[in-house]
Amino acid sequence: MQIHSREYPKRARQGGDVRASVTGATLSFDARRRAAFAGVAAEEWRVWAEGVKTHLLTHLDRYLEDAEARLQANGAEVHWAGSQDDVHDILSGIIERRGARRAVKGKSMLSEELEVNELLEKRGVDVLETDLGEYILQLLEQPPSHIVGPAIHLSLDEIRRLYQETHGTELDATPDELAAVSRLILREAFLAADVGITGGNFLVAETGTVALIENEGNIRLTTSAPPVHVALVGIEKLLPRWDDLAVFLQLTARAATGQPVGNYVSMIHGPRTADDPDGPEEVHVVLVDNGRTDVLADPEAWEALRCVRCGACLNACPVYRQTGGHAYGAVYSGPIGSVLNPGLAGLHASMPLPFASSLCGACEEACPVRIPIPELLLSWRRRAVEAGMDSRAKAGLLKAWTAVATRPGLYRAAGAMLHALPEPVRRVPLPVVGGWREVRKDPEPSRASFRDLWREGIE
Amino acid sequence: MSESPAAPVRASLFVTCLGDHFYADAAASAVRLLRKLGVEVDFPEAQTCCGQPAFNAGRDAEARRMAAHTIEVFRESEYVVLPSGSCACMLRRFYAHLFHDDDLAGQAADLAGRTFELAEFLVRVLGVTKLGRGLEGRRIAYHHGCHALRELGIREEPLKLLDNAGAEVVPWEAAEECCGFGGLFSVSFPQVSAGMADRKLDTLAAAGEVDFLTSADCGCLLQLSSRMRKRGQDLAVRHLADVLWEAAGADS
Repeated sequence: MQIHSREYPKRARQGGDVRASVTGATLSFDARRRAAFAGVAAEEWRVWAEGVKTHLLTHLDRYLEDAEARLQANGAEVHWAGSQDDVHDILSGIIERRGARRAVKGKSMLSEELEVNELLEKRGVDVLETDLGEYILQLLEQPPSHIVGPAIHLSLDEIRRLYQETHGTELDATPDELAAVSRLILREAFLAADVGITGGNFLVAETGTVALIENEGNIRLTTSAPPVHVALVGIEKLLPRWDDLAVFLQLTARAATGQPVGNYVSMIHGPRTADDPDGPEEVHVVLVDNGRTDVLADPEAWEALRCVRCGACLNACPVYRQTGGHAYGAVYSGPIGSVLNPGLAGLHASMPLPFASSLCGACEEACPVRIPIPELLLSWRRRAVEAGMDSRAKAGLLKAWTAVATRPGLYRAAGAMLHALPEPVRRVPLPVVGGWREVRKDPEPSRASFRDLWREGIE
Repeated sequence: MSESPAAPVRASLFVTCLGDHFYADAAASAVRLLRKLGVEVDFPEAQTCCGQPAFNAGRDAEARRMAAHTIEVFRESEYVVLPSGSCACMLRRFYAHLFHDDDLAGQAADLAGRTFELAEFLVRVLGVTKLGRGLEGRRIAYHHGCHALRELGIREEPLKLLDNAGAEVVPWEAAEECCGFGGLFSVSFPQVSAGMADRKLDTLAAAGEVDFLTSADCGCLLQLSSRMRKRGQDLAVRHLADVLWEAAGADS
């Protein structure tokens, strides 16, 4: 996974272009999530879901073996991939053996993480994204900007202009008309595809079931029309029992889009049997680590692996709302990205993302599996400081502040100066916090400090 | 003041650095209000900063030094009351993180149990929900600071105090959203921070006329008022302590 987070501060400055689209979309997602959880015992669901995922992660070896055995018994082929290179080798092997030339894909963040499209193109395979948002982004050659709504940074007019250029539709085409044009292209692609590639929302260890949530029906077709289906599943996506799935499907749909359950839920157990009228001849499940066991072994980072990729933290995040996902320069954006990326791709590559948060806590409140995101952000900040990755100016400022704040006499004198000095002189130490003045007026100190008022006597 | 407790309560004011220098008059109002409610207020003069700026920046070594100083300063206090939800949260919730494997863990927990944000102290400790009718006819917008709201669970307390004083607390779309201050976040990512403030201020403007905006957090108030002045938006911004003193019938 490549990360380009260094440019976050620069991109964040330019974030204004997408602010309206992103704000509108995330507020709408967020309101629907709240409404959907208002109708159930939300806290009980969250505590339960946290418990299931924590149990899963602390017994992962056992459940992975169970899942493998069940999948094999169902007739699926199981592959273990430690790294992105492993995944590429596995996919190349399948493509070569099948002589595959055309692939359709369901929306999958993991496939973005693993740069699957780049591999397929290198191998001469025509790959088509079949989620409408992803399809639009493929036309624009852009990565997704949101886990669930990959194209929410685009306005309807931008999409209309794109479709006029690429499909010859009218500039005032309705969303339904744009979808209809896309559907014709996608239908052909489903029928012609040699292989369908998806992610997996869940993998039930007890039954060997890959579960996929979607709203457009494209994943149903991707997993059933082509002769080969490959599901890429992160090892943290397991669930212990079949019964767990029933709740997690509802929990995730509510958290993601406010739906009681996705329009389509596909549950893949294996290839078609002699009794099935259709379905793929081969089903491959690729269990992907790609840094996850390192995160799992990290006592201050592992909780991020409970993530079900619902995007609720992005929708609740006032920081994300300002910039959209592209500013983060990583596949996983928003609050969850800022705690996952340092674990998966390294802290150095992910700087300054752990600092790009006001720590307001809206993400933790929205998270359906109760990931303590602010706490994890703080942990990454501490490590960045220890490794000398954070700004020197900030370090100097805080060290000086600490020296003053642990010496009451000095603190009093410094405070007195703030009120005694004329305004132009007061400004002198402020270049350190020049970012304040860039967008705001200087704060106005009180006419006297409180401690002066106290000494004078408060009546 | 019929609800004043019978037994004398002693509380130390932790004015906080921003309160000391930017909201001194409001802090003085807090003292007057507490005294009027029968609380014996003292002000340990060795107090400085709670250490939150360093804690949020991942600089625990520095934060620990300021926290240890603060623990020492308020060791004898019966209660510690702050005109700041965020700093109250630092003492209540985050000192435990700083000292979890340290000799000071016990003292940190002890201080946490005695620490309250002002409105919270009035309602939860003193049991006071009616201060007077000093806000009759006022239309007030209340900004919930994130730490007070999400870490300390303070939502109804300030609203009840304002409402009972005759004010109309005007509902507002982004009332519970972050203002974008976040300490050093506000200087590291100024455009994002300002954009967050703008959303607060835009939705506030859409909520109709209000007499003023108030909050229990000095950092949020500085952020919102400084951005407001930059935008040329004209709205009074007052600290909650100041408003509650008016509620109690002060002639302001």
